Amino acid sequence: MDNHAAIVILIMGLFTLATRLLPVLIFGRGEKVPEYILYLGKVVPFTALGLLIVYCLKDVSVTESPHGLPELIALAVVSGSYLWKRNTILSVVIGTVVYMILVQMVF
Amino acid sequence: MNKKLSIRRKDVIAALHTSAPIMVTFVVLGIGYGILMQKHGYGPIWSLLAGVIIFSGTVQFVSVSMLSAGSPVMAAITALMVAARHIFFSISMIGRYKDEGRRKWYLYYALCDETYAMLSKDDGPDGVNTSAYRLLVTLLDQLSWVLGSFLGGWIGTLLTFDSTGIDFAMTALFTTVFIQQWIDSKCHIPAVLGLTATLACRLLFGRDLFLIPAMVIIIIVLTVMRGKIEATGGEAHG
Repeated sequence: MDNHAAIVILIMGLFTLATRLLPVLIFGRGEKVPEYILYLGKVVPFTALGLLIVYCLKDVSVTESPHGLPELIALAVVSGSYLWKRNTILSVVIGTVVYMILVQMVF
Repeated sequence: MNKKLSIRRKDVIAALHTSAPIMVTFVVLGIGYGILMQKHGYGPIWSLLAGVIIFSGTVQFVSVSMLSAGSPVMAAITALMVAARHIFFSISMIGRYKDEGRRKWYLYYALCDETYAMLSKDDGPDGVNTSAYRLLVTLLDQLSWVLGSFLGGWIGTLLTFDSTGIDFAMTALFTTVFIQQWIDSKCHIPAVLGLTATLACRLLFGRDLFLIPAMVIIIIVLTVMRGKIEATGGEAHG
């Protein structure tokens, strides 16, 4: 068994559950929800996606070959196809296949 | 409060009708997640357990790269940050779910983005038992995700292709959500902030330490710029 992985899953599960249950436990009896908490719940998700994208690309090096080109091309494919068709699954599949071809065969 | 729930045929049909598009999406994305997990050395049972314990696609996708090496503190903060939107979802459902008795704990625990989108404005078609409808929609969505990720883990063991680069599926998924949020929102400050603050911290702090400073900066800037962001209509979701 992989204890570290199990602990990470449990912790992430616990904190995800906290975002779903704590607000109800705290404010469920009709107490007024602080505006600041509501505000953060609303805007933080809009910052989180940018953060996650950078996190996913954290190991890309612009200075070393291939200079992040596979990522750049695949991201362009994902963005372009999504803006065109608005279909998440289509864009994810096409972008991933393009990226895999690029890193395995081209660069 | 805890009256016994009777589920009729028409409740099931109504819930299936509502959930069908979500179920298809969840099975497909779940398969992707399961394959990714498998390629990182975690089989179908791991994917299934993560789907039950975490049950958030975004959190689960980021968790993959943290399973073998991530620090527990980093895992906790990342989950909190990524799942923060649920605070808003849950709070806005308090009124609707107040008479659901003990069932409401399941409804809140499994309140993902898509289920929230379906249930936050609608109680189901006329003549349907609302409690049964809510429970079934929530359950069908979660089951599809868990089933998909289990299947993906299993498919991943059968596929013997060179999987180098398959992690990009996660980047691609986040990119599509980012674009959709961008289209849906009037105020782009949070989106730009998330990208630039994280990028700046990655350059400043290196690849292992940048996430926490980035999150701190994001919260500070959001707090300082609250007036401006709210004035331009920071909300759009839901």
